[in-house]
Amino acid sequence: MPSLIKVSHLSKQYQNEEVVTPVLHDLSFTIEAGEFVSIMGPSGSGKSTLMHILGFLDHATDGQYMFEDTDVSLLSDDQLAAMRSHKAGFVFQQFNLLPKTSVLQNVMLPLMYVPMSEDERIAKAKQAVEVVGLSHRLDYRSNQLSGGEKQRVAIARALVNDPTIIFADEPTGNLDSKSGAQIMKTLYELNLEQKHTIILVTHETYTAEHAKRILRIRDGVIVADEQVAAERRQAAVAGELK
Amino acid sequence: MELHETFKLVSSNLRANPLRSFLTMLGLIIGIGSVVLIVSLGAGAQALIVAQVNSLGSNLVGVLPGASDDKGPPASVFGIQVKTLVNDDVKALLADSRTSHLTAVSGYAQGKAKMVYANQELEGGSFMGVEASYPQIEKITLTGGRFFSPEEDSGLARVAVIGSDVSQELWGGDDPLGKTFKIKRESFRVIGVLQPRGRVGFSNLDKYVLIPLSTAQKILLGWRHLSLIRGRVDEAANIGETIQGMKEVLRDQHNIDTAAEDDFSVRNAADAVELLKTITDAFRFFLAAIAAISLLVGGIGIMNIMLVAVTERYREIGLRKAVGATRRNIQNQFLIETLVITGLGSIIGIAGGAVVSALVTVIARALEYNWEFIVSLPSIFLAVGVGLAIGLAFGFYPARRAAQLDPIVALRYE
Ligand SMILES: Nc1ncnc2c1ncn2[C@@H]1O[C@H](COP(=O)(O)OP(=O)(O)O)[C@@H](O)[C@H]1O
Ligand SMILES: [Mg+2]
Repeated sequence: MPSLIKVSHLSKQYQNEEVVTPVLHDLSFTIEAGEFVSIMGPSGSGKSTLMHILGFLDHATDGQYMFEDTDVSLLSDDQLAAMRSHKAGFVFQQFNLLPKTSVLQNVMLPLMYVPMSEDERIAKAKQAVEVVGLSHRLDYRSNQLSGGEKQRVAIARALVNDPTIIFADEPTGNLDSKSGAQIMKTLYELNLEQKHTIILVTHETYTAEHAKRILRIRDGVIVADEQVAAERRQAAVAGELK
Repeated sequence: MELHETFKLVSSNLRANPLRSFLTMLGLIIGIGSVVLIVSLGAGAQALIVAQVNSLGSNLVGVLPGASDDKGPPASVFGIQVKTLVNDDVKALLADSRTSHLTAVSGYAQGKAKMVYANQELEGGSFMGVEASYPQIEKITLTGGRFFSPEEDSGLARVAVIGSDVSQELWGGDDPLGKTFKIKRESFRVIGVLQPRGRVGFSNLDKYVLIPLSTAQKILLGWRHLSLIRGRVDEAANIGETIQGMKEVLRDQHNIDTAAEDDFSVRNAADAVELLKTITDAFRFFLAAIAAISLLVGGIGIMNIMLVAVTERYREIGLRKAVGATRRNIQNQFLIETLVITGLGSIIGIAGGAVVSALVTVIARALEYNWEFIVSLPSIFLAVGVGLAIGLAFGFYPARRAAQLDPIVALRYE
């Protein structure tokens, strides 16, 4: 069986008019289904750029990105949209909820681009909201929620279409430590109990150590690819249980 | 996303900001409204003019002094005196076999004069000398009294049949029958009062006083000629033949050999109606075209607001793309939003135009014009069609811009 993600010699540079900004240099790694991987590195090192490429939102300039059996660089715009719809779920640092829109409607958003009945959409969205423990907030507008609740809604939205993989880009970056810990616990449990593959982008060691594996990048190069020691992982998860 | 879901999304977006949605539509509402209004008022005015001309009777033929060509009416229409028509022409038309389809013919001699009864004066009154056959030519109804007889005409009798406005202004509510009043210092006795007839063109028939032709010519005007001749043809089918016959008879009378030398012109009401329709149609089209320019302006306004809306919603667009929306999904969303705005704007514009047209109708009727309220279905279809076409044309570019947006750029947009 092929790896879920296989990246070989991937590079990315931005070109604005005459200015070329190289961001990622010759990256190669694989990620298997069911893994929980943190991508760690200082700000500006290219973490978000890498996550956007892995999440079918952006194109690599060079190299190959295989997802399951598919060479992603060959996909058309509509095929990329289909990949985002069925394979990936995103959690962003800025939550990116629709303003003045209910929790239920926000979580239903990815389902709007998939053919199914309205009843089915509502049922799936309610289920996803339940997973993140917000069933009592179903009819709240997104702007009536706390930061932690907003991010849980975003996780529910990422989950709702049963994606193969969940991408979370600094999901705790805009949260206080208590809400952040709760979000990390939710992600940890999703990986442990529901076997979701998760790629987490962060610059905090403590957050990164919820994962089983950490890819460290600096200036667009992978400087380390290491397993998280079991006791450190336990400590990170235990941190929010106390 | 299916179409009805896009509609739901769009309508909730529009409801979220009703004032802004309304202002977006306003240019289009005004544009569509004015097109509908102008087309409607034009149709009403046209119907009014045509009805007035028809009220003279469609089997009516008239002879005006002076030549006319195909392009325009004879000079006499503009008040220039041409003395080529005389009483003998009327006699000849009645006697000749070529004009045997004429059931009645009368000469007309028209003038303006101050009319006085007791201490009441009528300004702007007109008198019209006509023959006793007048009631067989024009449609008139007497509310009281009688019309004058051939003997009164030939005997220079000073009798008058007065229009309803004349009666009102000189006698107020009193019965004018049998009263004596003065036209140009000559005394006339009222023997009949006419029912209101309304306006034809610029002249108010109800301000006319009808008197015997001979009296008008010999006593008031000092003329031997006529202002015009009118006659009634027995059947519409015979109008063409009769007009031809009249021209021949009049040429004989005036010793004219060819049509080019004609010193008179023969017209019938049906021709006049056709001419009026052509003129008013051109006018309506011209005004509607001007109003249509405001539609263009309205369309540009909508495009402008939609472009702003796309920029404002960068993050929303980026998010939708990130959760699986295709370009087509995004494009449809914005295109349908524009279409809903223009569709609603068109409907409001049509309603607004129709309401104003209805108000005009009410006012015109209050002013005693026999105005008809006409909003034709084709003009509504046209307005809606134009509105939606504008929505498509001016909504396409913003929708395309939204669809082409790179999701990364949109998500990183502050
Ligand atoms: N559209 C762009 N054009 C040019 N440079 C960009 C663009 N987007 C990101 N960058 C640059 O790429 C580098 C990596 O950015 P990013 O992936 O967001 O880093 P991180 O998420 O690790 O903080 C930064 O130096 C940033 O300035
Ligand atoms: Mg980043």
